[in-house]
Amino acid sequence: MNKIEQRWLELRHFDELATRDSIVHRIHPSAKLITTLVFLAVVASFSKYELAGLIPMFFYPVFLISLGNIPLDMIIKRLLLTMPFVVFIGIFNPLLDQTTVMYFGPFAMSGGLVSFISILIRFTLSVLAALILVATTRVDAICAALSNLKVPRVVVTQILFMYRYLHVLIEEVIKTIRAHSLRSPQSDGIKFRVWGSLAGLLLLRTMDRAQRIYQAMLCRGFNGEVRIARSWKAQNSDFVFLITWLIFFAVVRSINIPQWIGMMLMGGYQ
Amino acid sequence: MSHHIVEAKDVEYSYPDNTEALRGISFRITHGESVAIVGANGAGKSTLLAHLSGVFAPSRGLVRIGDYPVTKQTLQHIRRSVGMVFQNPDDQLFMPTVFDDVAFGPLNLGLPPDEVDRRVTQALNTVGVANLINRAPYKLSGGQKRAVAIASVLSMQPDVLVMDEPSAGLDPSARRQLINLLKSFKHTKIVASHDLDLVLDVCARTIVLAEGKVIADGPTLQVFGDASLLARSNLEKPLRMQECPICSLSTNEILQTLK
Repeated sequence: MNKIEQRWLELRHFDELATRDSIVHRIHPSAKLITTLVFLAVVASFSKYELAGLIPMFFYPVFLISLGNIPLDMIIKRLLLTMPFVVFIGIFNPLLDQTTVMYFGPFAMSGGLVSFISILIRFTLSVLAALILVATTRVDAICAALSNLKVPRVVVTQILFMYRYLHVLIEEVIKTIRAHSLRSPQSDGIKFRVWGSLAGLLLLRTMDRAQRIYQAMLCRGFNGEVRIARSWKAQNSDFVFLITWLIFFAVVRSINIPQWIGMMLMGGYQ
Repeated sequence: MSHHIVEAKDVEYSYPDNTEALRGISFRITHGESVAIVGANGAGKSTLLAHLSGVFAPSRGLVRIGDYPVTKQTLQHIRRSVGMVFQNPDDQLFMPTVFDDVAFGPLNLGLPPDEVDRRVTQALNTVGVANLINRAPYKLSGGQKRAVAIASVLSMQPDVLVMDEPSAGLDPSARRQLINLLKSFKHTKIVASHDLDLVLDVCARTIVLAEGKVIADGPTLQVFGDASLLARSNLEKPLRMQECPICSLSTNEILQTLK
């Protein structure tokens, strides 16, 4: 089994999480989608040097992971996979911005270091929220929610199809790589020169397939709009879920809770 | 009833690279008939099927489904009455769940949600996979995919069923189930296949194509009885019509061949 295949099986496994059942799974997809989007916006809106104020936001992913029955190790594994990208986004901050903005005990922390850590926290929060949404909501439900939110049909259709054919494409890649490795026993990887023709082959096959899928769609009366039949009835609990979290986010955004608790404990209000 | 008739008149078709795929094909299939289209690889079977559902338009000649000629203007009607099952179920099952896929056609027909639900359940029951309704297509086995692909067409309640290699890639038991299923359908059926034993079971009439032309059209048993005709089109008699190489030998001869 090669690495791509392993990752693919992991992806399929992750995918199955969404078909489980829990309180979080049963929440209306639109409510979950809106909460996630607002969460992302709030996390992004904090100031560049914010650290403590962001911490209460972790309450949201922790709450959903525990109620949603999501295995923590799977979430963390996915989270780490995306980590390198964000590390490179912020890695030069400590070098560029060296003014001291705060003290952590005896340590002076430069603005760059603080903003780097802030980026890491924000990134962790955002990816967690997105992963939780995907792990508790099926793709068709997310797409239905997106079209409820008046996201253009084209975009929704693209997501649907990308999701469906991701698996078919990966299967083809795996088969192609296996066929290559079976006929090149002495080399332990695909040579640079061969990559071109392999990628070209996949592209051509994909285009052929797209043509056939389109024909199959036309044969069943497709006229430019993919309709999703299922509708989810919103219940009172869905509104409660949505409103509670929106209020929570608003509070966390406007009041620095850790600072406030600290002041309470230290008697800052006296 | 004239609306289940499928007729081709001198149909010619060349691909954009000027490969002549069909060179004057004519036939008439009447209501409720079950017709096999057989022929060598590249004889034009799939191209012909694509004409029946209006995916390709003939360069010359005419295809007629019921009272309508297949043209751009009548496509909507044609697609409502012709159900096309593609060779590769992965091309046909493009929605995230089995339900969405089987509901795709009925929703495009503009049916109300209750009716869509009813049709989906009915179609899945007919092919015997109602339990798969919430599954994702990529997690199904080959036989299940085929069954769902057929259901996705049945839910549109077509008059004519067109299938390209329906038994390809199925294990013997899934293939037998498919044959029984096809036999139970009252639709007009047009089946392109290399599986001549399936044809023998399902289709009373067979059309043989070679190099884009009809070289034989008649009762299946009669067509398959003509060894030279079959040889000319790269086919062999169905196994059941061949003498059994083992039964026809005496016990001693069998022992000798096994040694």
